Amino acid sequence: MRKLTALASGLLFSFGLIISDMVNPARVIAFLDVTGDWDPTLGFVMGGAITAASIAWMIAKPRKSAYFGGAIPPMPSQPVDRKLVSGSAIFGIGWGLVGLCPGPAIVALSFGKWEIAVFIIAMMAGMALYNFGLIKLPYLSRKLTKA
Amino acid sequence: MNPDWINALIGGLMIGTASGMLILGNGRIAGVSSILGELIARTKPTDWAERSLFIVGLLAAPLAYYATNTVPEVTVTNSLPLLIAGGLAVGFGARMGSGCTSGHGVCGNARLSKRSIVATLTFLTTGALTVAALNFLA
Repeated sequence: MRKLTALASGLLFSFGLIISDMVNPARVIAFLDVTGDWDPTLGFVMGGAITAASIAWMIAKPRKSAYFGGAIPPMPSQPVDRKLVSGSAIFGIGWGLVGLCPGPAIVALSFGKWEIAVFIIAMMAGMALYNFGLIKLPYLSRKLTKA
Repeated sequence: MNPDWINALIGGLMIGTASGMLILGNGRIAGVSSILGELIARTKPTDWAERSLFIVGLLAAPLAYYATNTVPEVTVTNSLPLLIAGGLAVGFGARMGSGCTSGHGVCGNARLSKRSIVATLTFLTTGALTVAALNFLA
């Protein structure tokens, strides 16, 4: 049942990205282009998604465990730290450069464009670089060696 | 065809519902960078099958959708340096910041997590600055 839920969630998530046209990098860049010809579409997508997800959190609140096993994810215990802010800042730069983030990139792979494939390979390389600790940002290692 | 903002709202509700299914059903955050990122880590996660099936779902939906609908026009840069730099930054940054537009942007913000709100404001700001800088240089 957990596997089926994961598959169904991935499918619905993907349909949502397609219908809202978030698989189109030009759309995302137009949303970030606040000083140019601004396109608010991404804001509506986020609004809809946050609304639906917040209902799920409300249903989850009185529960201890999820329906098909496992605990309801607890609120993150870590504070807002430099690692969070630096990572998010780097992520945002990449997002602005191409107009793709992980979800839409994977969905857009089906268009068969070489550009999307190159982006995904680089993205997975970036994830691996971080995961395997191949790049350490010097000023971060002082305080944030844990986490 | 609906106006863009209605499709955006419907699509957003679908994305949020999909996230809710994962939270309530499996007790997992629907964060694409974490789901994918932990599949390419040193240790194999115990729930690797579930993670893989979520990714399979992401990949399979467009194939089903476009079997009966027209493939939309998608515009993406064809600059190799931009694609590589963008991909590296997105992958590295999302792992370092523990999330992306789905994990922080949808799931975290929906429960008013302070970390997710800070992360979202940060990547929106650097994203907008990057687009402005690219426009300025172009």
